[in-house]
Order: sequence, then C-alpha cells, then structure tokens
Amino acid sequence: MEKYIYMDNAATTRVKKEVLEEMLPYFSENYGNPSSVYTLGSKSKNAVEIARERVAKAINAKPSEIFFTAGGSEADNWAIKGVAFANRNKGNHIITSKIEHHAVLHTCEYLEKQGFRVTYLDVDEYGIVDLEQLKESITDETILITIMFANNEIGTIQPIKEIGEIAKSHGIYFHTDAVQAVGHINIDVDDLNIDLLSMAAHKFYGPKGVGALYVRKGVKLDSLIAGGGQERSRRAGTENVPGIVGMGKAIELAYEHLEESNKKLIELRDRLINKVFENIDHVRLNGHPTQRLPGNVNLCFEFIEGESMLLSLDMEGIAASSGSACTSGSLEPSHVLLAIGLPHEIAHGSLRLSLGDFNTEEEVDYVVEKLTEIVSRLRAMSPLYEKVKKEEK
Amino acid sequence: MYSEKVMEHFRNPRNVGEIEDADGVGVVGNPRCGDIMKMYLKIEDGIIVDVKFKTFGCGSAIASSSMATELIKGKTIEEAMKITNKAVAEALDGLPPVKMHCSVLAEQAIKSALQDYSKKHNVHIEGLEDFEPTDPHDHE
Repeated sequence: MEKYIYMDNAATTRVKKEVLEEMLPYFSENYGNPSSVYTLGSKSKNAVEIARERVAKAINAKPSEIFFTAGGSEADNWAIKGVAFANRNKGNHIITSKIEHHAVLHTCEYLEKQGFRVTYLDVDEYGIVDLEQLKESITDETILITIMFANNEIGTIQPIKEIGEIAKSHGIYFHTDAVQAVGHINIDVDDLNIDLLSMAAHKFYGPKGVGALYVRKGVKLDSLIAGGGQERSRRAGTENVPGIVGMGKAIELAYEHLEESNKKLIELRDRLINKVFENIDHVRLNGHPTQRLPGNVNLCFEFIEGESMLLSLDMEGIAASSGSACTSGSLEPSHVLLAIGLPHEIAHGSLRLSLGDFNTEEEVDYVVEKLTEIVSRLRAMSPLYEKVKKEEK
Repeated sequence: MYSEKVMEHFRNPRNVGEIEDADGVGVVGNPRCGDIMKMYLKIEDGIIVDVKFKTFGCGSAIASSSMATELIKGKTIEEAMKITNKAVAEALDGLPPVKMHCSVLAEQAIKSALQDYSKKHNVHIEGLEDFEPTDPHDHE
C-alpha cells in the first residue's frame, strides 16, 4: 500500500518519537522493580514519581491524587465500583448517562445486579446531557454521578463544570470518564469540581495498557485490585514502568502544544466537514457543531451501511471507524447514535473520522475525494437510494 | 475477518443493478437491522436467464448477494430452489459466524423473487407454497 491515512485517532494514537525514546531505557537497562530497595529499583521508582507529577500537573491535581492503572477501562471500573462499595452505607443510587463508554455502562449494569439503582440520563440531539433531569434524579440515596467528559463516538463535550457544581452542592461524588478529553482539552479538576477522573495514555500519543485514575484527597474509594503495597496500597501490582514513563512524557507534550495542536485540528476538522457537505448529499453531522472534540468528525451517510464504507476506505488505505451494528458484532447500531435520536437505518450509515497531530490538509482532501467516490458507488448498489431517487424525480 | 473471496465479491460485485421488465422481484431484510436485499429475475422457459441485485448492507451482505446471483444465473427454477444459505457461504469460502445471517438473507432473496414470479405468472413452484421470509437475525 503506497499511501496510508490514519483517521482513527479516537481509537488509538501512534506513540510519539519523544515518548518512545523516554520509555526505551525502562525496558532494558533500567529494568528494576520500583519496590526494590537497591539503586536499580529506586531509578524506576523515581521515574514513576516524575510521571505522576507530570500527570498531576496536567489536570491541576496533586501527585498523591494520581493512581496509575492498566488503562481507561480499569480506571472507570475502579472509580465506579470503588465509590459504590465504599459508600454503600450512605446510599445505593448512581447517576450516569445513556451515551457513556461501555466501560462505564457495563460497570453500572453490573452494580444494578448487586442491588444498586442506576439512572441513565437522556441526551439531546447533540448528545448533551439533560441538566434538569440530572437535578431531578438526585435523591438522598445518590452517592455518585458519573458523566463522560467528551464522547468517544460523536465528540460532544459535556457541561462538566455545571455537572461538577450540581454534584458538589449536593455532596455527591462526581466521576468523569475523560479518556477522550485528556491531552486534548484543558482540564482543571478543582475549577471543574471533579472528584474522580479516568484517563488512558494511548489516546494522547502515549503507549497502550497504561492509564490513571485521579482521586481527590478524602474520597472514599475501595480498591479494585488487592495485593502488594504499590500505588500507596490502593492499586496492587508491579508498576508498568515503561508505560507510566511514556504516559508522563505524552501528557506533558500534549499540554505543551495544546493550543497550536487544537488550532490545526479544528481547521482540519471543519475543512473535512465542509468539504463532505459540499460534495455529498443526504449526509448529516452527528454531535454538536462547536462543542466537540477538536479532531472528531462523525457523519451519517443515508442509504448505505457503515461497514461497507470502512472496507471500501481500507481498500484506499484509509483507516476510520463506524457505529454500525456490523462493526460491533452485535445487531444493534451504536447506543450513542440511538440516544441522540437517530433512526436505526440512519445510525447504520455512520462514519467516524478522528483526526490527530499527524494528519495533514492533503490527507483531508484525499479522504473527501475517495469518500465521495465510495458513497456514490455504494449508493448505486443500494435499493434504498434507488427508491429515494425515484421519489425525488 | 473476511475471506479473499468475500472481499473479491465486495470489490467487484457481479450483477448489480435492476431489470426493468423483471419476471420476479424479491425484497428481504429490514433497514432497521442494517440490511436489505432486492433481487430481480428474468425467467424464460423455467430458466433464470438474467438476475440483478441491489443491496443495502455490510460487506458480507453485498458479497452474499453477488454470489447468490452467480449461483442461480443460467440455472433452472428447481436448481435455484436448492440453493441454501450454506451453499452461498461455502461458495464465499465461509463467512464469520456473526455474518451468517447475510447468507440467509441471500437465500431468502432468491426464494422471495421466485415467489413473486410464481404469483405473477401463475406458475407453481414446489416448496414456495408457504414461503415467508423470516427475520434472519433470529437464526443466530
């Protein structure tokens, strides 16, 4: 394949060169266990602590409030189960939204089986949670509000500050799955009244298999993984030192270059969206026009199905993703697209192009050109399009 | 995920299109589930002389439709009636388990088009008396 265009940065990102370089010594010469007392061990320990400081600084937290995990899903599981089980004596009610990542939704469903009650908030057509419904849902039994910072599929950014204020005024813990937001949006956990926050390094040009949970000092939280005394006895298991080092470097880089990176991404994103609308009819943009992640483009092309678009794009060397049922292995299209009110047949035709720091304007133009051809080829095969064309005549 | 054969039929689907004066047209599937197949047949002296399809669906739905049209083109009605979903899947060198419903849909598209022919031309076709396309997603 001559050309390879990666536009699935919401799925994962490429590890940046500077990040990889910092990680490499911790696979080979500096292989010590951070818990060991000898010099080799303390070298690893120091590296972990430097990374912790970098992560803390990025979100205006204290290093002692950062706990490394094996990724975003673990952080979500830990935050929700940990708060639920540690605060059961206070209440058994959790509030979340219908458009959360499955790491949150399936954890909530698990807790329902354990006797907890969960409210799943509705979202509007743009995917923004209903704050009135949030306020009305709060009871004396509510112990946790967990709402994602930005949606992984449609890129919608939630009114986190308002949610934080509501939670604080009721004395309820507020957790946010910020896996898509960290490294892409400025976050200040104090300003936003966030008590717990999940992140994953591979979404901001760091390595896979490492993430972190921010836990505000004083939050009552059970451990998820029992064992040794790592992470101040709250998360057992020998630290993934190279991964943690990479995460620290990646988050530092991300926030150093946030403004220029976002400016470029928003330009590319809007160029992509505008060009698609100029070239293709019967298309809709999912998510909010401006309250969205800088790199996120999510479109529905009517009368065609998402997986066949992805296969066609792959044949042109373009990597993207879709919320169609056929790409998930289930029969239902994405729960997010259904929650914003899309009919099933439209949701099946969704395409997510998520841009990153390595994408260029030329790539955007090439993708729109190929996409235009692909959509028209697939529509020529579609009995639904044939029907509409006849009706339009 | 897909066999080379599936990809080949997806890339170059055979017999895409419509037949204006078709002798039988069958539509199966549901846009809600993300797949619809429409099959057009031209039948002369009990032989399927031409077949075209249009499909809304994933890669395997398009490949299954294409393969189904290849399997029945030039065949007698009796021979076409014997094409099962398994035959379609096997001819494609297999389909992933979650995609088997696409081959079911292809078999039903053939039968549905033949049933339409049988009704329009008042021809009895053995095995189609009670044929009703079911939701292939229930077969999984």
